[in-house]
Amino acid sequence: MNRMRLRGLIRKEFLQIMRDPSAIAIAVVLPFVLLLLFGYGVSLNARRVPLALVAPHSPQAQELLGGFDHSPYFVPRRYATMAAATHALVRRRVQGIVWLRSDFGRHVLARGNAGIGVFVNGVDANNAGLLEAYIRGVWLGWLSRQAQAQGSALSVPVTVEQRIWFNAALRSRNYLVPGLIAIVMTLIGALLTAQVVSREWERGTMEALMATPVSMADILLSKLIPYFVLGMAGMALSVAMAVWLFTVPLRGTLLVLFSASGLFLLVALGMGLLISTVAKNQFISATIAIVTTFLPAFILSGFIFDLNSMPWPVRLLTHIVAARYFVAILQTVFGAGDLWPVVLANAAALCVMAAFFLGLTWRLSRKRLD
Amino acid sequence: MWPRIRALVIKEFLALLRDKVARMTMIVPPLLQLVIFGYAATFNIRDIPYAVYDQDGGAASHELLARFEGSSFFRRKAVLTAERQIAPVIDDKRVLLVIHIGPQFSRDLLAHRPARIQVIIDGRNSNTAALAGNYVNEVVQGFDTEWAATHGWQAPPAQLVVRSWFNPDLLSRWFIVPGIIGLLTLVVTLLATGLSVARERESGTFDQLLVTPLGSAEILLGKSVPGFVIGLMEATVILVAAVFWFDVPFTGSLVALYLGLVVFLLSGIGIGLMISSMSVTQQQGALGVFLFMVPAVILSGFATPIANMPLAVQYLTYLDPLRYFLVILRGTFLQGDGAGVLGSQYAGLAALALASMTLAAWLFRHRMS
Repeated sequence: MNRMRLRGLIRKEFLQIMRDPSAIAIAVVLPFVLLLLFGYGVSLNARRVPLALVAPHSPQAQELLGGFDHSPYFVPRRYATMAAATHALVRRRVQGIVWLRSDFGRHVLARGNAGIGVFVNGVDANNAGLLEAYIRGVWLGWLSRQAQAQGSALSVPVTVEQRIWFNAALRSRNYLVPGLIAIVMTLIGALLTAQVVSREWERGTMEALMATPVSMADILLSKLIPYFVLGMAGMALSVAMAVWLFTVPLRGTLLVLFSASGLFLLVALGMGLLISTVAKNQFISATIAIVTTFLPAFILSGFIFDLNSMPWPVRLLTHIVAARYFVAILQTVFGAGDLWPVVLANAAALCVMAAFFLGLTWRLSRKRLD
Repeated sequence: MWPRIRALVIKEFLALLRDKVARMTMIVPPLLQLVIFGYAATFNIRDIPYAVYDQDGGAASHELLARFEGSSFFRRKAVLTAERQIAPVIDDKRVLLVIHIGPQFSRDLLAHRPARIQVIIDGRNSNTAALAGNYVNEVVQGFDTEWAATHGWQAPPAQLVVRSWFNPDLLSRWFIVPGIIGLLTLVVTLLATGLSVARERESGTFDQLLVTPLGSAEILLGKSVPGFVIGLMEATVILVAAVFWFDVPFTGSLVALYLGLVVFLLSGIGIGLMISSMSVTQQQGALGVFLFMVPAVILSGFATPIANMPLAVQYLTYLDPLRYFLVILRGTFLQGDGAGVLGSQYAGLAALALASMTLAAWLFRHRMS
């Protein structure tokens, strides 16, 4: 390795970046746009769910339904018959139905344990589960109002008092936005480098580079350093957006956050370089980049689907997805603070992966013309 | 005209599939991913790790905790003996929740006073936290019903009877696996078409293509066919796997699904060709595919509902073909839908297909000169 040659190569790479501004767009504009879009767009907090109510006009029934009118979770729509409500549910106009039979009021007054029929559209199972919980909440509220009105205690033996740590309001954005940063950075890393080596091969400039006295390590480093700088700029922008735009509380320290990001970026760039070294064809390199980076980072990283819910063979497989470790660090540093056991274990895994990808790339890229 | 197009189609197939590695990357990963993602992508949680901090130790608390032990949703990881032990087990993610029963619990219940338990949940993943909270409520409700009946408590004035239609056990796999069909089909189609024009530009064969008697519409048609055929075949394989491997019930009309698939493929190809015609290099083509695909997947309603998005983003999703196709897939799989109910989805896809194809043709001609 030669300092001066490396400097020259880095200069060349920077010039190439400046001439084709797409690399800067990828590193800075892309994270901004994607994070803006996804930060607002990706949410698991259902609000204003359209809900069908079918109920008689008795005061007891209307008192219960009032709970739905006042809840921020529902947009209630009243239907005269169950048939009409069912039609609306099948046509996806409402997500669920609350059905009180015509004798509801009489049963309530007689303490006859009236039934409240609740039907939810279970196609989106996750949303349906949340909807059930919201409906249960309205029902519990009604029960305690009834009990109060009669001057008796709530007739439920045990009630659960929930304390949600780290995210009391259960705002899904607080954990989704840090995860999104990992996804966006995965993309950026892969996009920035996946094609730079195969581009040299396809254009025939790799042969020209090889004819010069620079070593392979020089070539790889010269590709790594400029893109690392660009990637860290994108990372800083993403963190700033998460904290100020999406008001995600950052409980850990910036130092830990950026050290972990640097490590992760090394892995992402190393993977990109490896792909583009192995695939000397841009079509294959693009395909591999999409197949091995974005989709696994989206589905296998714990960004949205909980790793603990996966069957063990799949969970084992997630250990080769770098985004998994970064997501764990980000979610912890943002949500809970610098919890060292979590941070160090995942950072160690990232170190191993970075060494593996960069080492393998270096081994595989001999100065050789086949 | 037809022999010319046929020759071009054969050439395009060869260009796409001649290389063994390219062939493999088109066909193997989607199938592998179906299997892996099909198992991985679930919102259902099982074996929730929890710890118990029981200050009561009476008969009632034992009875309640026995219900958690017996539930397949929960797995006890630790028994705590002091309040200060709660924070470490949650911080290190050893448990997702801690059930804290106060010293008065059994006494209150036996004296007919309502009792409370405290549940501390790790909220770092708010969705998991909400689900775990629901499961705790369900277990406690089961306990309540039995306790009320056996200890002479007055029944509440009204009970909830909850049923979920189309997916009685609320298995999120039934929701996600049909979605994966759309997801992977989109990826394959975009890859097959998105880089095709730029590949010719870079290797210089584009000019050769232009001096042939083929018109630009014919060239684009020739480039569409491989993506269409490959997309159709892969979608079919994944569909079969979804039904027979993942046991997702298919209750609707197959015709309605395939009608949707055809229009979906057309719109995907249109967008792929648009990207392809715009880009000069394959790198730009790949970038374009990425830039379209990532938002198209994340904002499609695949994992998070479109209804939760702000209105402006919701409007944007109308430009996403996957959005419509996911409704068609889930409707035909789970809701037993026929083509009649899905009219507006077909219309949206057809409009996208038409617009993108027209724009692709225009861009192609525009970029040629």
